[in-house]
Amino acid sequence: MSDPKIEGYEFKPGYKGMARDTASDQTMFKGVHWGKAMMWIFLLSDTFIFSCFLISYMKGRGSTTVEWPNPSEVFALNVGGVPVPLLLIAIMTFVLITSSGTMALAVKYGYERNRKMCGWLILATALGGLTFVGMQAFEWSKLIHEGVRPWTNPFGAPQFGSFFFMITGFHGTHVSIGVIFLSIYAYKTLAGHYDTGKRGWFTSMKGNYVEIEILGLYWHFVDLVWVFIFAFFYLW
Amino acid sequence: MSEDFNDNKTIQAQSSETTSGGGAGVTPDTDYVRPAEVADQDLYHGHSFITKWVFCQDAKVIGVQYFLLATFTGIIGLILSWLMRLQLGFPEVASFMTAEHYYQFVTMHGMIMVVYFLTALFLGGFGNYLIPLMTGARDMVFPYVNMVSFWMFFIAVGVLLASFFVPGGPTGSGWTLYPPQSILEGTPGSGMGIILMLISLSLFVIGFTMGGLNYLITVLQARTRGMTLMRMPLTVWGIFTATVLAMLAFPALLVSSIMMTLDKILGTSFFMPTILQAGEVLEYGGGSPILFQHLFWFFGHPEVYIVALPAFGIVSDLISVHSRKNIFGYRMMVWAIVVIGALSFFVWAHHMYVSGMHPWFGFFFATTTLIIAVPTALKVYNWILTLWRGNIRMNTVMLWCLGFIVTFVNGGITGIFLGNVIVDVPLSDTYFVVAHFHMVMGIAPLMVIMGAVYHWFPLVSGRMLSEKLGKWHFWFTFLGAYSIYFPMHYLGFIGVPRRYFEMYDSPYITSAVELNQFISTAAFIVGAAQFILIYNIIVSLRIGKPAGKNPWKANSLEWLTPAVPPEHGNWGDKLPVVHRWPYDYSVPGAKEDFIPQTTPPSEVADTEVEKT
Repeated sequence: MSDPKIEGYEFKPGYKGMARDTASDQTMFKGVHWGKAMMWIFLLSDTFIFSCFLISYMKGRGSTTVEWPNPSEVFALNVGGVPVPLLLIAIMTFVLITSSGTMALAVKYGYERNRKMCGWLILATALGGLTFVGMQAFEWSKLIHEGVRPWTNPFGAPQFGSFFFMITGFHGTHVSIGVIFLSIYAYKTLAGHYDTGKRGWFTSMKGNYVEIEILGLYWHFVDLVWVFIFAFFYLW
Repeated sequence: MSEDFNDNKTIQAQSSETTSGGGAGVTPDTDYVRPAEVADQDLYHGHSFITKWVFCQDAKVIGVQYFLLATFTGIIGLILSWLMRLQLGFPEVASFMTAEHYYQFVTMHGMIMVVYFLTALFLGGFGNYLIPLMTGARDMVFPYVNMVSFWMFFIAVGVLLASFFVPGGPTGSGWTLYPPQSILEGTPGSGMGIILMLISLSLFVIGFTMGGLNYLITVLQARTRGMTLMRMPLTVWGIFTATVLAMLAFPALLVSSIMMTLDKILGTSFFMPTILQAGEVLEYGGGSPILFQHLFWFFGHPEVYIVALPAFGIVSDLISVHSRKNIFGYRMMVWAIVVIGALSFFVWAHHMYVSGMHPWFGFFFATTTLIIAVPTALKVYNWILTLWRGNIRMNTVMLWCLGFIVTFVNGGITGIFLGNVIVDVPLSDTYFVVAHFHMVMGIAPLMVIMGAVYHWFPLVSGRMLSEKLGKWHFWFTFLGAYSIYFPMHYLGFIGVPRRYFEMYDSPYITSAVELNQFISTAAFIVGAAQFILIYNIIVSLRIGKPAGKNPWKANSLEWLTPAVPPEHGNWGDKLPVVHRWPYDYSVPGAKEDFIPQTTPPSEVADTEVEKT
């Protein structure tokens, strides 16, 4: 992206430019919307939350007295009597990553002020998220059916169930919150609130297409976290 | 440097018409400040009692709300400390107290004072009130989220206090809430008490995150024209850095709270090893209690600096204003704040020297801990050098500042004792530790809060507090606090363990009995002396001397609002334009001994003011 135009301020490339921006008045990140800066910092904080979870998981998995279950067996899906490892999770991951793609397109159309394309793509993203949560619910119920609980696990260490349900549950909550906001924003976009500058229900502030990008940041982050959870739970 | 200079020249040539400041036509080139980058902030103005004073989006009102609620919670913490001291000094009088009560009071006192009082007061209270005013913003950047932040805090306090009334009472596991004992029978409040505590903490973290995002973005992205980061008052720097710490440290608290709640409610074993309770093997097994300690202290140590850094920042400003001198080594002070903040993430395990972790860890963490002494000592020197040959006004605010410096040095030095593994091991879990952390993160920040209250009360209310009562308040608190905590160091050296409900007939502790009575008496007096302040505030609100504009002759923006107290939107029609740092005091050649931040260079051209 090219630098925004700011009256009386000249951008410089590289570290020198960064130092200049930092030393300047008013804003540190030139031309960056307040909400966007806020989302980045929130995501940094959220990264620390997920890091704490995953580090605890590593510590917990490393120090259990009972053996950890084999993920390619536990998470396998029976297709015609043949257990296929990682099948469900591959589909889930594919769906979620695809929804990141539709989100990115929605942001693009938002900046082009293409109300319809933007709105429908956000809705598609929300559907992708919903599918993901649905499949996760399926996986949870499958494991619960097989006797895995947060406090016990027939395949080995009970911490497997504890960490799995807690961390995927926390991530799933993020996805669900994302789906709720995506639906609201899809409505707001399609109803044209960003074009007319209609004020928000709660904050009574005017909306702007930049909000789509901010929501997009959150959504991509949730996807990225999933990649880590995927690697730590299913591939380790 | 020369490149930058040329840059400015070209800009001046291009757009001298857009400059503001002088109303009468031409503004000198030296006074040029870039035009605003973003449009003026759109604000929701309250129009009823509820939107103006209860669910209010004005950061100043939210700040006062935070302040009052945190103070209310703090008074509960104070009363709990009285009850504890009553038991320790005069156990025969406190016959209504059981050991369980004592542990519950210790726990709630600790948690309330650290999280719900000091953190909420510094960041929620002073942060909300001062950040927009000092950076020249109209309000916080997300006023609605800011309002929700306070009400989350309100609910968190409600849940916390509700735990006093549930069966079993509040948790009595110590403010560190270490498992396994905190969730097992035999510990008071191991049922609903600990659950409510963990829920309350989680709510606090969520609420704080909402506020914290506001503080950070307001500082980073919503400063007024001319306000560079290096022209911000140190108060803003302190609160800003503390908020960064909070945003990165509270996640560990949230995660450990969630995991322990699950251990308690669902019977998971994140932190629970195989364990017996009353001779019976429990279902738990395979978890790691040390993991909780790491998570807790990864939050807990930065938490110390979340409380200390705003205090450092505020006291720097107070000292500068009341000794009529620029702060010594401003940039050094800023970097010291930032470096302390960064280092605070690498020292957490010095709270765990006796937990059984690997000894090499202790070596590493002792080293990092002692390195923190460098920037901290630097700050102390700079405060003293600011006072050096200053035109010191010996008013209440200055007394509190001086009290802070002495107390902080005292608590800092005992910190060096405890930071060394080999000295810490015999001293750990004794009253020496209690004395250390109360001095360094209890009394010292409290002194700053008091100084700040006397300093900014005229701004908030438009009236001065009584100096006479203020001095009584100071001397009672200062001498009293030393009467409490100085003897505690000695108690620690003779080996009196902390968190003990009673000392029984241990022969080596008999000498401590009278000392404990003395400490308790002092604690009652100091606690009661705090009501002088409350009385002072109530009386001064009605009959205090009207403060007028800028009673302390300070430079920073909060004193330069068109209305006192400032109204919603802070600045009337026109945002202030900043031309200098806030520390131009006693500049040789200047008409008065202070040059406000908004004074353009052309007005002080014939003085020896430096370019900042």
